[in-house]
Amino acid sequence: MKKIIALLLALVMVFALAACGNAPAAKDDNAPEAKTKTETKTDSPAVKAGFIFLHDENSTYDLNFINAAKEACEKLGVEYLLKTGIPEGQECYDAAAELVDEGCNFIFADSFGHEDFLIQAAKEFPAVQFCHATGTKAHTEGLANYHNAFASIYEGRFLGGVAAGMKLNQMIEEGKITADEAKVGYIGAYPYAEVKSGYTSFFLGVRYICPSATMEVTFTNSWYDPTLEKEGATKLINNGCVLISEHADSMGAPTECEANGIPFVFYNGSAADACPNTFIIASRINWAPYMEYAMTCVKEGKAIDADWTGTIATDSVLMTELNEAAAAPGTAEKLAEVKAALADGSLKVFDTATFTVGGQTLTEYLADVDDMGDFQPDTNVIADGYFHESEYRSAPYFDIDIDGITKIDA
Amino acid sequence: MNKKQQEPLFHIAKRGALPWTKTWAIRGGAVLLALIACALITTFVTGENPLQVYASIWNGSFGTSRKVWVLLQNVAMLLCVSLAVTPAFRMRFWNIGGEGQALIGGLAAAACMILLPGKLPNWAIILCMTLSSVLAGAIWAGIPAFFKAKWNTNETLFTLMMNYVATQLVAYYCVVWESPKGSGNIGIINPNTQLGWFPQIGSYKYLLNILIVAAVCLAMYVYLNYSKHGYEISVVGESERTARYVGIKVDRVIIRTMLLSGAVCGLAGLLLVGSTNHTLTPTIVDGRGFTAVMVSWLAKFNPVWMILTSFLLVFLQRGAGEIATNFGLNQSFGDILTGVILFFIIGSEFFINYRIIFRRKAVKEEGKPHV
Repeated sequence: MKKIIALLLALVMVFALAACGNAPAAKDDNAPEAKTKTETKTDSPAVKAGFIFLHDENSTYDLNFINAAKEACEKLGVEYLLKTGIPEGQECYDAAAELVDEGCNFIFADSFGHEDFLIQAAKEFPAVQFCHATGTKAHTEGLANYHNAFASIYEGRFLGGVAAGMKLNQMIEEGKITADEAKVGYIGAYPYAEVKSGYTSFFLGVRYICPSATMEVTFTNSWYDPTLEKEGATKLINNGCVLISEHADSMGAPTECEANGIPFVFYNGSAADACPNTFIIASRINWAPYMEYAMTCVKEGKAIDADWTGTIATDSVLMTELNEAAAAPGTAEKLAEVKAALADGSLKVFDTATFTVGGQTLTEYLADVDDMGDFQPDTNVIADGYFHESEYRSAPYFDIDIDGITKIDA
Repeated sequence: MNKKQQEPLFHIAKRGALPWTKTWAIRGGAVLLALIACALITTFVTGENPLQVYASIWNGSFGTSRKVWVLLQNVAMLLCVSLAVTPAFRMRFWNIGGEGQALIGGLAAAACMILLPGKLPNWAIILCMTLSSVLAGAIWAGIPAFFKAKWNTNETLFTLMMNYVATQLVAYYCVVWESPKGSGNIGIINPNTQLGWFPQIGSYKYLLNILIVAAVCLAMYVYLNYSKHGYEISVVGESERTARYVGIKVDRVIIRTMLLSGAVCGLAGLLLVGSTNHTLTPTIVDGRGFTAVMVSWLAKFNPVWMILTSFLLVFLQRGAGEIATNFGLNQSFGDILTGVILFFIIGSEFFINYRIIFRRKAVKEEGKPHV
């Protein structure tokens, strides 16, 4: 027994020594750094960036942000801190406040539900710039240090639709389906404008190439649910959909499509490794240009736009490498041609001549751009023959149900 | 070696009651061993300096005064749910539905915050929130208790299933009350009027929660240890037959205790919605209903020890987040360390209750001639 006690005591002492010896040392390491930071801040504003992510890198959505954050910070030589797994609640405010305590003067959050809590932090720390992806309130909140950003991902989805349309035409030519059977399926997260804008632009891309195409949409009511997304794919395939796309964050649907040999267009990143036979192409938002822009503004003391929308031209909307094994021949050339037309403005995704609502062509549409929680449409967004998506604020507001698209579980 | 005399290398014997100094020496030793094991794992798996990792875990909770407040707030919320499930545990009723009971309490609070403004003054809204949350939690726990008392259904499964029902209900109302349309997200409720928000004490956002839970903790301690109800709960937990024999109405005790259990869970939901987050999401309870089971067990169902065990768990959780940020390690690495530490702590209970007797004498007697 004595031996054991002696051993324990020895361990305690060793550990106590090590712990005491180290803890202050660690602090010393940090302290001068922090001091120089605050000193330099007064001279020229050095940027220290803090990022808040809903999940960690296992979510395709967050991984896309994490990679962009690292890329932008390393390019600009900015010191950064990442906080992963932050829920859409008070934890987001706490995380933001802790990042401010760590000396961050630029804070970015990636999930829609973070917005209210980030605004709460922005009000409390006016000297710190807060940027939020996918949010809607920056232009109405009127805070000088709170900003929204998004990208014209509808252009990327339109391109994905073009690749899908090429595939449908190939299937029709090969006699696998008739032109009337060219039905595509789409798995959406929520019936929310961001998702509606996404699937409508995808569908318009499909119909741009394959005019007889129709589409069925199902919702999972979750941003990340592999089981529900897989079941959604099964349901659509059973309904006779011959090609599938989606807007949700797991690999549930792609693996189901691969198992059934159904070609699909993905989002956020490539699925070519997991689904070599059916994955055609994916679009994704590249957040690095926005992060670089915003951090450069902080560095140079310039104001950041309340709403910033990246485009194909700013490299904010990217397509993954085309999977030639699944895509129809000639897709790459067609994509290059359409992309050029989108970039120079000669082709508009939401051209009102290309879709109808209840059989009618739209000449004006009031959208709920100023999201005051009242659901009151306030801004006419149709002019010059097309729907002006992401111009009055960065987050999408196209929420029209157009002809040709059926919501099967609405 | 003489085969006839061979006995196992060691055998296990039940210990008598140990003095508290010894039990705590064993527990302390377990924590130390756990830290050493974690240090080894850290070094071999990640190549980081384990002492820096520990310093980082410490800083995650105590680095700044803000972190201390966040720590205390999280301890308070975990403790609140743990206190709630404890009376049921004491009577051997395995209520693992704390998650759902707290969630349904939160749903009731959010409903009042959303539907009542304009109809009632602020104080009345807060009163309605409190009553409805506590009632909702109590009903959610009362349903399985009723079935258990009347038809002896399995309470573990029943309370577990009620969690999922509550989660789906909340998900449904998140869609009903969503803003903007279609997003499935409620956002902060009454951000400008702050109607239904619990008052803030001075500049301390979380002080009110902490004080309320401290009061609940004290009340629970007194209730369980010094009241007739508390005694009845213990007797039912020890033996239902004995309880019946001495004239305790077991059915009534089960239902009454579960109503209390659910009511305190409802209070936790109320604090999460009305005082902390001011919003409602299906994940707002954040697994506390399940972690509470561990908190309560580790503390041997003693409300005062639960302060310590809930502190330990929150401390480890906050530390896990901090090392994820500082070392670029995945949050899962922090969870691995937490798992190792809990393994040692739970394992130490074995050594408190049992002792291992090695075949020492045999080795000495036989070993010598050979040498």
